[in-house]
Amino acid sequence: MVGAFQDKANHATFSNIHLLFQHPYVDAYWGSLRISVITAVAGSFFGILVAYAAIRDGTPRWIRSVLTTFSGVAANFGGIPLAFAFIATLGPLGVVTTWFRNGGYDLSVRWPQFQLFSERGVELAYMYFQLPLMILVIAPALDGLKREWREAASNLGAKGWQFWRYVGIPVLMPSFLGAFILLFGNAFAAYATAYSLNQGQNIVPILIGNYYTGNVLDNPHLAQALAFGMFVVLAVMMLLYIPLQRRAARWSK
Amino acid sequence: MAPSAFVWLLLAAAYFIVPLYATLDFSLKENKIGTPCCTLSNYSWVLHNGDFWHTIKISFLLAIETIVISLLLFVPTMYFVHLKLPRLRPVIAFMALVPFVVPPIVMVVGLLRTFRGTPNWFYGQPWGFLATAYVILAFPYMFFSLDAGFRSIDVHTLTEASRNLGASWTTTLVRVILPNIRSAALAASFLTLAIVMGEFTIANLAAFHTFPIFLQYVNESQGFPAGALTLLSFLITWGAMLSLLLVGRKRGVRGAVITGAR
Repeated sequence: MVGAFQDKANHATFSNIHLLFQHPYVDAYWGSLRISVITAVAGSFFGILVAYAAIRDGTPRWIRSVLTTFSGVAANFGGIPLAFAFIATLGPLGVVTTWFRNGGYDLSVRWPQFQLFSERGVELAYMYFQLPLMILVIAPALDGLKREWREAASNLGAKGWQFWRYVGIPVLMPSFLGAFILLFGNAFAAYATAYSLNQGQNIVPILIGNYYTGNVLDNPHLAQALAFGMFVVLAVMMLLYIPLQRRAARWSK
Repeated sequence: MAPSAFVWLLLAAAYFIVPLYATLDFSLKENKIGTPCCTLSNYSWVLHNGDFWHTIKISFLLAIETIVISLLLFVPTMYFVHLKLPRLRPVIAFMALVPFVVPPIVMVVGLLRTFRGTPNWFYGQPWGFLATAYVILAFPYMFFSLDAGFRSIDVHTLTEASRNLGASWTTTLVRVILPNIRSAALAASFLTLAIVMGEFTIANLAAFHTFPIFLQYVNESQGFPAGALTLLSFLITWGAMLSLLLVGRKRGVRGAVITGAR
């Protein structure tokens, strides 16, 4: 499969690949990268906080099992239904929009730069599957932070922050970075959610779709070149992911 | 519970629940703004819509077809690999990572080109082209799930016992191995069902009218019935995923968490 893709984009001519670095296309790549990086950063940051909140001592067990079960479902949840759920929430007639309006706070007036159909809106919707994915991926790593380590650290006189600085964060780092890459790829590849929210969103998957279906412009070769570019970005990410995964596995015995 | 933990969990719960509530709220509204809650007319609109039944039938049959083809293809293969060629396992595991590097939007571009010029009964029909694409899409999930299943049983002992008692290879596979990996195969099937019922990217680019395409069409044209329809599609996906979690609870099918629906 992979080989087929490479040949195809390359084999026609290099002019398509060259075009990728030209004006509208390179913008689409930036748009995709921005959305992916922002949702991956926010998703991994909040994801680890929520996962830790559920796992740490003192939180009832059932919360944890509800959260992981729900995350297993929600991480698989995306596309058209997700987009609609957000339109119903924050769209012009959305439930939350209406709450605010009835409370005398018109979102579209007070906060005009936020629009569900803009880049920020798409990012907010992506978080709905990014967050659960992070929780699922990072929970085993957090479990791997053995309680004995913590006790050992405090017996040796370490303070809370010292435990995190010298034990917790170094142990978690490979898993965290691995999860970050997973989230990045997840957002980078997403098509249906963004398509349903805004078909004019300038990100690569939508551009490929438009070129391929000929909705706007019909140029399958350019679509193939764009697809090839996506493949390259994700392949690089994958190459970064594999060694991280190996390192992370060291502590999970 | 620590106060900060409580706050974070509460925020997460709000973020996850509000959009679902909003969808429910939308689905119960009358098609005129300002009329009071609640009406079931949107649900009856959906249930009386011919296109709904038509597209959901296509998607469901496609899912069944994908599951059948995948199981026929991968169960014997995985059995053989575990029995005779364990060295090949990492190679297949690596191939299972490919759909992560090649997202659906890229895959469909390649597939459309590869199969261009094939006869219309294949290229022009969902049962041909789309099913092929979905078998590829489902492969990693099939692999992770079946692999976990095969690893949890003793393939060699079971096979030797069965063969020594005079069973043929087919009988061994169907009557001995299959019942032992049943829950893994079921988990893989539910996952595939969820993927196919929600897959939009490939169907849209290849111009086939499956259920998610219909959903998108209604989203664009009719807001309130779309709420009802979205909720129904949640139920399908969530039902499949919850069955998966129930079936796969004992063994960790954790590798299989990312589907291609978005």
